[in-house]
Amino acid sequence: MPYTLTVNGSERSLESRDPDQPLLYVLRNALGFTGPKFGCGLGQCGACTVIADGSPIRSCQLPISAAQGMKITTIEGLGTIEKPHPVQAAFIEEAAAQCGYCTNGMVMTSAALLAQNPKPSVEEVKQALAGNLCRCGTHDRVLRAVMRASGRQKT
Amino acid sequence: MAPYIGTATSRIDGIAKVTGAAKYAAEFNVPGLLHGSVVTSTIAKGRITRLDTSAAMRVKGVIDVLTHENRPPMADNDQAYKDDVAPPGSPFRPLYDDKIKFNLQPIALVVAETSEVARFAASLVTVEYEEVAHVTDIFAARDAAVPIKPPASPVGFTPPKARGQPNRALARAAVRHEGEYYVPIEHHNPMELYGATVIHESDGKLTVYDKTQGVQNVQRYLCGVFGMKPEGVRVLSPFVGGAFGSGLRPQFEAVLAVLAARALERSVRVVLTRPQMYALGYRPAMVQRIALGADADGTLDAIAHDAVTATSQFEEYFRQETGWSGLLYKCANAKYEHKLARLDLPTSCDMRAPSAPTALFALESAMDELAVALELDPLELRLRCYSERDQNHDRPFSSKALRECYRQGAEAFGWNKRNGAPRSMRDGSELVGWGMATGIWEALQMPITVRIALTANGSAEVACATSDIGTGTYTIMAQVAADMLGLPLENISIKLGDSTLPNSPVEGGSWIAASVSNGIATTVAAVRNELLELAKKVPNSPLANAAPDEVKLADGMIVDERDGSRSVSIADAMRHGGVERIEQEETTNPTADDSRARNTHSAVFAEVKIDEEIGVIRVTRVVSAIAGGRVLNTKTASSQILGSVVWGIGMALHEETLIDHKLGRVMNANIAEYHVPVNADVHDIKVIFVHEHDDSNPLGVKGLGEIGIIGVAPAIANAVYHATGKRVRDLPITLDKLHP
Amino acid sequence: MIGFQYARAGDVTDAVRLMAGDPRAKFVAGGTNLIDLMKMDVERPSMVIDINRLPLKEVEEVPGGGLRIGALVRNTDLAYNALVEERYPVLASALLAGATQQLRNMASTGGNLLQRTRCHYFYDTATPCNKREPGSGCSAIGGQNRMHAILGASDACIAVHPSDMCVAMAMLEAMVRVTGASGERAIPFAEFHRLPGETPERDTNLSAGEIITAVELPPRGFATNYTYLKIRDRLSYAFALVSVAAGLELEGGTIKEGHFALGGIAHKPWRDPQAEAALRGQPANAKTFALAADIFLRDAEGYEHNAFKIDLARRCIMRALSQAAAGTPQSQSSKKIV
Repeated sequence: MPYTLTVNGSERSLESRDPDQPLLYVLRNALGFTGPKFGCGLGQCGACTVIADGSPIRSCQLPISAAQGMKITTIEGLGTIEKPHPVQAAFIEEAAAQCGYCTNGMVMTSAALLAQNPKPSVEEVKQALAGNLCRCGTHDRVLRAVMRASGRQKT
Repeated sequence: MAPYIGTATSRIDGIAKVTGAAKYAAEFNVPGLLHGSVVTSTIAKGRITRLDTSAAMRVKGVIDVLTHENRPPMADNDQAYKDDVAPPGSPFRPLYDDKIKFNLQPIALVVAETSEVARFAASLVTVEYEEVAHVTDIFAARDAAVPIKPPASPVGFTPPKARGQPNRALARAAVRHEGEYYVPIEHHNPMELYGATVIHESDGKLTVYDKTQGVQNVQRYLCGVFGMKPEGVRVLSPFVGGAFGSGLRPQFEAVLAVLAARALERSVRVVLTRPQMYALGYRPAMVQRIALGADADGTLDAIAHDAVTATSQFEEYFRQETGWSGLLYKCANAKYEHKLARLDLPTSCDMRAPSAPTALFALESAMDELAVALELDPLELRLRCYSERDQNHDRPFSSKALRECYRQGAEAFGWNKRNGAPRSMRDGSELVGWGMATGIWEALQMPITVRIALTANGSAEVACATSDIGTGTYTIMAQVAADMLGLPLENISIKLGDSTLPNSPVEGGSWIAASVSNGIATTVAAVRNELLELAKKVPNSPLANAAPDEVKLADGMIVDERDGSRSVSIADAMRHGGVERIEQEETTNPTADDSRARNTHSAVFAEVKIDEEIGVIRVTRVVSAIAGGRVLNTKTASSQILGSVVWGIGMALHEETLIDHKLGRVMNANIAEYHVPVNADVHDIKVIFVHEHDDSNPLGVKGLGEIGIIGVAPAIANAVYHATGKRVRDLPITLDKLHP
Repeated sequence: MIGFQYARAGDVTDAVRLMAGDPRAKFVAGGTNLIDLMKMDVERPSMVIDINRLPLKEVEEVPGGGLRIGALVRNTDLAYNALVEERYPVLASALLAGATQQLRNMASTGGNLLQRTRCHYFYDTATPCNKREPGSGCSAIGGQNRMHAILGASDACIAVHPSDMCVAMAMLEAMVRVTGASGERAIPFAEFHRLPGETPERDTNLSAGEIITAVELPPRGFATNYTYLKIRDRLSYAFALVSVAAGLELEGGTIKEGHFALGGIAHKPWRDPQAEAALRGQPANAKTFALAADIFLRDAEGYEHNAFKIDLARRCIMRALSQAAAGTPQSQSSKKIV
């Protein structure tokens, strides 16, 4: 069956035998967007987060059939090396990426948050990031980065 | 130009990570790539009697199903499977034969055109077993545990020799404490799943992208297992999504992917699922008994420290669980014993500071209990017992600024405001507790080879097969090279994580910082010497009479250190000599000097707030003061300590691998029910690096990746005691342990 | 993820028809539970019916003061709906206590009702589980059972229902509206989820072929004195050891009417009319709360690893009722217990 997805502003077509195939695998294997990460495949870790119609969601749980008609943004579409998104720039300044594997989820969730709520409180950021696991322990620096990107320094 | 060493230089790989450009092992796509899905055992011990792959083979898109029955040849001797850090015994051989040694053991690989087809087909493989009785509970195996046998495994430790007359000293001690402490099995659970992409090149060679902490270790291992020539296998690992010790040894995804690539002559990727990550190594559970005997004024007179840890049935993995007190607390009488229990599990392995967090949980809790018995402030007790020497080997330390850690940490924390009585501090409905503990770790350095290529336009490439597992290796290498070559950071490029690059040990033991930084120093010296020779040939050279050790490289110049006006630019020297590029490669060995003990130290202070009625525990403040020698990068070093403290919080309050001992199987084999700390658990953590000069290596570097976790769990446990009056001696401290 | 049919329903009649044609079919909305269960081979539907197009996405006022929540309203939208925040804040609070923002963005009301237990053994097809395979045994009894039930369990199954939203809905006495081949009916919330009994494979009293179309809330929302208190093993993002949804209607210091339901302790959200009767007309104080808790827990029975939940439940009931009485509900973002 053919599917057409809108990813990072472009229409991409692909074939799949499986309408319930999660978007994550399509993005990574078929379309070459390895930014969203495979950390558990069960919606437990948040590393696979993409933004779908403005909301951060677990791409490992979004069937490709449901993704049709949605505007999907991956980290590759958020900003580039030359022109990073403010959240990406803040992550670099605050050294918030350590091994880098949870970074996609942290960045995408934060970017979606700031689009909805440009000046969140520390508590609101923690709530938004509650389901993004990090084993390197970067939580504090991620928090600083988001506050920095929102223009409000964490005390 | 201001130096980079010692500054908060941003990670040079940061931009790649935040834009999704950094590629990990399972992200290298090639046309025609096949995908492997692993089938795992559902019993803990026995053998496979029947494996039916016919249904799987009938699924459209399945290429093959590999099992022990149809696999290509693999080596049939233990030696071939022994990697650089293998403990004594018989290494596990994936898919080798019909024997089942542990639950979740890989027993088949389904290879298909897509990962979804492979996974679906894998669910159709049926297996019958002949099951035999298993033991997975350390308490059940404890009585059969046997003492550790020397010789030690590579980088291993046996318990220190006894000293004095510990039994007598314990018997006559004015104040005595004895207790048993338990820490369960913990799993590393890095965010990145283990995966390997094996590219079958047109000439039959294999390019292996593997998640590992040691590409050369994996390369040698694969060559041994499959009888391949070194030129035929290249292993690459430019980015690793955390490993924490789980990737020191080669893991079975690489073996299975290579098996399939060789069998099918195709490129194959194998990625483990999160549940399958629990088939890998883990921090062994430990049961420790500690007896302390002291005079009434708090001087320790006797220590007896016994440990039981667990390993598999087929290898003996262990580390130093008992000897730390000999490094920390002055005590004339001591005895140690470390026994190993055998369990029907995979072999345990190194996990962030192997043995020290567990051993120090027991020791530092015991010291806290002794302080309570002595009615002495816990910090005061540590100061009275402070040891200036390594008593295990009767030698001094190369440096030990632990007193400064105690002092600065206590001051930053406000320790002098502590009311020592339990349940004496409150904040509304919450009890407040303040606890402290000591931390200690090794400061090792390993042989390493570094190659540096310098071009006339002032760019340099530094190459070494070492890894960056999130620790910041890329960045510290660039900083050190930039400072020593006298070039701006942006002119330095780093090549690592490639088995064809100059020799490196695996990245572990916190030793890479010391090893690679000194390795760069040695190679830069060779570059400098070659540049000096060229500089001398320049007409009227101001460096004509300079000796190699009298010049340095700075701001793109070769400069006479005695007279800064005497200098020749690197570009001129090279151009004049008609040399476009200089390349030097040198091996640096640590000085073989055992006359001094080399360790890092820390003092950890923790505050907990516990809801008195419900028992929910919050770790609201931690201060960690570290004496870790020279800090190469304050940002990455600070990150390492912060991350380690978070691990310590997890160890204290959350982490436990839950095994159903009847089934012999891990039941929380995922990342939702194995609790790693989340955002909400992390509050105020302050890191202090106390000044400490060390001359064990020219740069005075000790390594900081692991010291941060040690002492955190006991500091928290001690704080819980201070808050509630309840002593919990088994981790994790869940709320039910406060209200039994 | 292969080996089943896929269909997309255009409306409720369509959905019912598709389901009637295949007893082993399953509806999928947000997919946050079904997709995982399929990946773990726990659920193997013959057909997956995508119902995301159904017009069940509204939150509407009902004449008489209640609220009607369409089955496809996403958890996030429900939690932040102005009417819910104003009139049924306990429901909003319970929703925010569960899962994470990303999961809540995808999860539907109907799916939340139907989500299955997170029992380790249910999820692991290598282990005996009566819910997954009737007659195979209950591995949790005698196994790792920290997260399991202390009330309403049977020798066949000691699993708990993992939802937070359902605990609040139970306490509010919601009504579940369903449509099937034989037409529409309303199932009182207390009768929607089952106890395991001898048939743990059946989670709910939904008949074959029925689809949830809406959940209706009665006018009483306990908007002034309520709380949702969730206690877990880490401070966020974990299922409840014990949770309490409590609401009081006070007259001065006396309880006119009090409801409370517990999550994390049974196969369904647990309410006890006798315990609530012990609140009625009584002063809102610790003595009253303790008596209600004692009645509530009188039949509680623990297993090897979860007996602590009995005492914990008692403490949580006391605390939750105190919070409700004081008008200081537990904040889901601050982890300090109020």
